[in-house]
Amino acid sequence: MTSLSRLRPWILSSPGIFLFFCMLVLPLVLTAVLSFNVFDHVTGIKNQLTLEHYVTVLTDSYYNGIFWRTLWISALTALLCLLIGVPEAYILSRMSNPWKSIFLLVLLAPLLVSVVVRSFGWSILLGPQSVLHNLFAALGVGPIKLLYTESAVIIALVHVMLPFMVIPVWTSLQKLDPEVQNAALSLSAPPLTTMRRIILPQIMPGILSGSLIVFGLSASSFVIPGLLGGRRLKVVATIVYDEYMHELNWPFGAAVALILLTVNLLIMVTYNRMVEGRYKKSIG
Amino acid sequence: MKKNGVFALAFNALVILFMLAPLVIVCLVAFTPGLSLSVPTDNFSLRWFKAVFAHSDLLQSFKNSFWLGFISASLATLIAVPAGLAITRFSFPGREFLNGFFLSPLMIPHLVLGVALLRLFALVGATGSFIWLAFAHVMIITPYVLRLIIAASVGFDQSCENAAQALGANSFTVFRRITLPMILPGITGGWLLAFINSFDEVTMSIFVTAPSTVTLPVRMYMYATESIDPLMAAASALTVGFTLVVMVLIDRIYGLDKILVGGK
Repeated sequence: MTSLSRLRPWILSSPGIFLFFCMLVLPLVLTAVLSFNVFDHVTGIKNQLTLEHYVTVLTDSYYNGIFWRTLWISALTALLCLLIGVPEAYILSRMSNPWKSIFLLVLLAPLLVSVVVRSFGWSILLGPQSVLHNLFAALGVGPIKLLYTESAVIIALVHVMLPFMVIPVWTSLQKLDPEVQNAALSLSAPPLTTMRRIILPQIMPGILSGSLIVFGLSASSFVIPGLLGGRRLKVVATIVYDEYMHELNWPFGAAVALILLTVNLLIMVTYNRMVEGRYKKSIG
Repeated sequence: MKKNGVFALAFNALVILFMLAPLVIVCLVAFTPGLSLSVPTDNFSLRWFKAVFAHSDLLQSFKNSFWLGFISASLATLIAVPAGLAITRFSFPGREFLNGFFLSPLMIPHLVLGVALLRLFALVGATGSFIWLAFAHVMIITPYVLRLIIAASVGFDQSCENAAQALGANSFTVFRRITLPMILPGITGGWLLAFINSFDEVTMSIFVTAPSTVTLPVRMYMYATESIDPLMAAASALTVGFTLVVMVLIDRIYGLDKILVGGK
């Protein structure tokens, strides 16, 4: 009886474990192996092992350029989401219902709309016949090419990622005790000091985890650079796709994808450690 | 607490405008009578909506996506309910690990999952199989259901379960008569969230769909990379409409704000 009851949670979760093993662990292991396989453009994937693909990605200036572009686009997206999302969450938290819930919903509900639709919307807005374009023309700012540039990709990324910044900041704002703020104010702290000394430190974990999520998701985003960056502006995700679908060089594509995964996980883990180590103590 | 100033309200208005602009423009352009992607000013036309319903590839993809979402959300729920109960009702070594393992698809870029599954499908000859595609979707959406089920099952008073057990109910009866009704909003909310996530998924699916199993977002992505015309706007507007219906359902059953912000 005791041994059976000890097994019960494992029996209950066995369908999930089986599925995750087949569809997650096994494919990732296979891909890791694949990334070390020799590839020949005539005969295809061979069973010999090589480090060639990793060496190429890490040393070739073309691929280095693409990695750097992906990194700075993601970092800038995270920064912009921070600059927009944090004040916006704070402003919302000071509103009263029903406006508070309505605006929060408008801000977050686009998460449930397909990213293809949202990117397509931006390609209309930033395209050559668009409203924005006419607006710029009317203001006398010559014809600005936006579509198929880094700016277009960043604008759409900020739009898609903003909810991921607002959610953790909003959650940590909800935990604030307004009395502490009032105490600071009644002790005649100026609003800016209250902001800096009272509010900001308390919502810092939310801000950090939001930036982290936004950075990670932007670095691996595929649809937005694919639709708004066009064919020439490549990022890591789009070259993985090209290697797999056009060049058919799967081992090389696998190496690029795994480097992306590693960078992503490393940033997440170190950031998490940092946030936890620093704030778990101070918050209790 | 002090009220927001004019500057703050203007900032809020701009952010809201920014969030709505691409969705609104898509819906407006869908009604254009012309051939270009412009906002209709004097007359509106339904010709592009008619074109969507005459486009057999788009219709087929919608059907694929709908059934894929339906089947994989249901399978994910069947997996997540027992797993969620295992995690919340038992304490055992490896519990934290199991929880992390089930939530791990959220940490891995869908791009990486896509190439990994492509390799698996190529090796086992599953390319173009609908049911394998469904299993892949089950894996990526299980975390969403699991989180809501865990939230629902730690959120209610467990003494009801203990009372039923003390009165001699066997564990299946306890589950059927007590636990299940209590966590039902979590289950249906989780199912809907899983459905919409499967319905929207592009990046992984683009690697593992074959012409016969292409889902709607993948079809729309492919279409948009080749040509940009109002047909896409009409298809997008219909997708937005469909998503709104699901949102209303989620709101009625679980609360949209709760699902979006997460937790309880």
